[in-house]
Amino acid sequence: MSYQIPKFRHPDLPVNDLGYTKADYEGSISSLCAGCGHDSISGAIVMACHELSIEPHKIAKLSGIGCSSKSPTYFLGNSHGFNSVHGRMPSVVTGAAMANRDLMYLGVSGDGDTASIGMGQFAHVARRNLNMVYIVMNNGCYGLTKGQDSATADEGSASKKGDANVYSAIDLCGTALQMGATFVARSFSGDKGQLVPLIKAAITHRGFALIDVISPCVTFNNNPGSTKSYEFVREHAEATGTVDFVPMRREITTDYKPGFSHEVTMHDGSSIHLYKVDEELDPFNRRSAMMTLEDHRETGSILTGLIYMDRDSRDLHDVLETSQRPLNELREGDLCPGNKMLENINASLR
Amino acid sequence: MKPTDIKNPEYFHKVVDCQYACPAHTPVPEYIRLIAAERYSDAYMVNWQSNVFPGILGRTCDRPCEPACRRVRVEEEPVAICRLKRVAADNKEDIRDRLPTIPKKKNGKRIALIGAGPASLTVARDLAPLGYIIDVYDNQFAGGGMMRSQIPSFRLPLEVLDEEVNYILDMGINTTFDIQVESLKEVLDQEYDAVFVGTGAPRGKGLNLPGLEDASANVYLGIDWLSSVAFEHTESIGKRVLVLGGGNTAMDCCRTSMRLGGEDVRVVVRSPFEDMKASPWEKEDAMHEGIPIYNNHVPKEFVVEDGQLKGMTFEKVEAQYDEDGKRSLVPTGEDLVFMEADDVLMAIGQENAFPWIERDLGIEFDKWDMPVVDETTFQSTNEKVFFGGDAAFGPENVITAVAHGHQAAISIDLFCRGESVDQRPPPQVTLASQKMGVHEWSYDNDVANDERYIVPLAPLEKTLKDRKIEVELGFDVATAFREAERCLNCDVQTVFEEARCIECDACVDICPTDCISFTGNAEEEELRQRLTAPAGNLAQDLYVSKDLPTTRVMVKDENVCLHCGLCAERCPTSAWDMQKFLYEVTKAGA
Repeated sequence: MSYQIPKFRHPDLPVNDLGYTKADYEGSISSLCAGCGHDSISGAIVMACHELSIEPHKIAKLSGIGCSSKSPTYFLGNSHGFNSVHGRMPSVVTGAAMANRDLMYLGVSGDGDTASIGMGQFAHVARRNLNMVYIVMNNGCYGLTKGQDSATADEGSASKKGDANVYSAIDLCGTALQMGATFVARSFSGDKGQLVPLIKAAITHRGFALIDVISPCVTFNNNPGSTKSYEFVREHAEATGTVDFVPMRREITTDYKPGFSHEVTMHDGSSIHLYKVDEELDPFNRRSAMMTLEDHRETGSILTGLIYMDRDSRDLHDVLETSQRPLNELREGDLCPGNKMLENINASLR
Repeated sequence: MKPTDIKNPEYFHKVVDCQYACPAHTPVPEYIRLIAAERYSDAYMVNWQSNVFPGILGRTCDRPCEPACRRVRVEEEPVAICRLKRVAADNKEDIRDRLPTIPKKKNGKRIALIGAGPASLTVARDLAPLGYIIDVYDNQFAGGGMMRSQIPSFRLPLEVLDEEVNYILDMGINTTFDIQVESLKEVLDQEYDAVFVGTGAPRGKGLNLPGLEDASANVYLGIDWLSSVAFEHTESIGKRVLVLGGGNTAMDCCRTSMRLGGEDVRVVVRSPFEDMKASPWEKEDAMHEGIPIYNNHVPKEFVVEDGQLKGMTFEKVEAQYDEDGKRSLVPTGEDLVFMEADDVLMAIGQENAFPWIERDLGIEFDKWDMPVVDETTFQSTNEKVFFGGDAAFGPENVITAVAHGHQAAISIDLFCRGESVDQRPPPQVTLASQKMGVHEWSYDNDVANDERYIVPLAPLEKTLKDRKIEVELGFDVATAFREAERCLNCDVQTVFEEARCIECDACVDICPTDCISFTGNAEEEELRQRLTAPAGNLAQDLYVSKDLPTTRVMVKDENVCLHCGLCAERCPTSAWDMQKFLYEVTKAGA
């Protein structure tokens, strides 16, 4: 059993604008089961952060409890981390984001941590449009406690023990849309080609960005009859379209590939190009997004890709009109107006 | 690309870079693991089977394995393979009972070996256990050839040489020493079933410069002078010595001079320092002993006054390269440089010479007056006469001579049994899983970060006084263990089984050196660009799977794989497995 990743790396690894290689965004060796989808999502997060050239110390990764919530140890080893209480990651992110708006907040959660114990927190962080990326590593079961069905397990889906789930599933994308999330996507751990650009777009989006990533549990829920197995998801996934993330500096020279249908300019000047988008979906219209989700649910296919995005999103800081300088940088001199100003204020009220 | 045929033994053989680069294809990682396990005798025997002279080669080998070592590509310095081999030799127990038994009843076939150097001794070692009657002829008083006459004792102690030469001569070989074979015809007339010529490249090249005639009393050919020292005919040299030449013989000449009374010993070479033929470590060893190397100096003249050599003049040049990279040494136009000298040693190369082979024996000679020898069978155009070592294709090195010897022995055995010498036996290959448990391997798959350890040397004040004191002390066993742990076990192969793969990407995510990709198939040139990390080292192969259910293929770039086994550890279905690949060159009679 290996407890460490060897330190040697490929000598020709590409470096990003900061001069870092992908290795600078990696974490410790994973202790999850071999083949766990979560590890692939960790890999996708590493790639997205590296390719976006985000300084590792400008990222905070936060999680709750569960297999998914262990995973921040396995990526971004040079970033801030907070492994919080079960289902309470959104509260911790809210506090941190209010205190320091300059960090990029990456919440990592699971289907239990989000759709069961953390459902209330999830709903409220979505409706407040906190500027964060919320990744759910969704495997439809409680892997850490031997694979019981979770709240996102589809009705009729059978886990390794063979019993079909009798309850209706919570669709996290649908719930997030209902709650007012301004960026909603779904992906699959086994499809980095789709997942990496989605994570980049979510990071660049200003506001609450949910990516519900189906992530097979190889140990308890990768059997025939499960709707969250590698094989089932590969056979039933239907992408809304292809997402291409275009950084600002490449903007001018970009040629649109065939099938181009939408371009979205992000607040930092980069843009997202959407290709071959499903004809019935308007990804900028919440009603259309909900209808498309429902259509796919009825036919039993899994809708992946970018589902909804509010191009005019105003995040919690915008709504609350907080100071542009992070709260944690404001000192007494900035916050206390001084005696003279106080007297003026008092005088104005007399 | 087509799926890789891993059943072809050469595919995985090439992945074991050190073994592939070794002319004798010694299974290097196999014996390094045995050294780490303190099984020195076993490690020695793995070597002995393959390269016949582990103790000698562990001190003197040209080490083609080391520049090939994967460690060079992932960090900088190769594993000290050569000096680990010496550790096995130094620490082994008495291995004589492990040597092959020699049949009392012979097979009736008589073989003559001309020359008792590494090539001939290898032929003897392979054929004697099969019952052949073997007669060896050599002009020296004992076996070993150039290993005895040209490699100084401070690099190779006589005891080590004698021990390994005698393992072979004690196989009931009939030796005739101190005899110069003057006629191949006479040998053939004795009705040998086959004759092997392993006479080396015995003729040193000289430089016929102005003044040579008058200076000749103090000018020597390097290899002749070295053997004269080895056989104790020469015991001293002048205080000021110039050694001409940039190869390993020049390094041996200058270091030997320092031990025989030389005080101002200089190596003077025509080429730039980097282009010198000597191995980098041999240059280092010479410079460590305080010997300066003057490069870009072309010798012009021996300066003689009153019949006595005073020194030499040199023209300074610089190397210029044309479009094809061809070098020419162009004079800089500076004044000639004069260097004082009492003696001059010329070590500018050596060549083959066959004045003793009659030209009417059916042995064809080419336009350079070299015998025409088959590169695979080592047979000459006279089917009874075989060549090997430096005698076959010109000066190489000991390990190449050993490799020739093994192949020539196979040919001689086939020939004597009336079979075609072109029927080369395939290598012996095994491929076995190293899985011991869920995440347990039978090899140490941790990758050591240690930098290469340096072999300790005896102090200069001691070694420069006596040419017989060995300079290198060899690794102690504790250091040898740490050095052995640097080996990446490249022979433990990553074997991929498509039918088991569920394409979960776990191997791609964990691979520390980004060797593994799952992508659409394409022609090699394009595929190399598509991988997780670009596969720019064209000398290293791509391992391509059959099509997977998603229509992609698995592509592994072998270049910087650490053989750490993490892909197999993180694989939920054991589609990856770590399997030890042992490749042994088949020897005569097997």
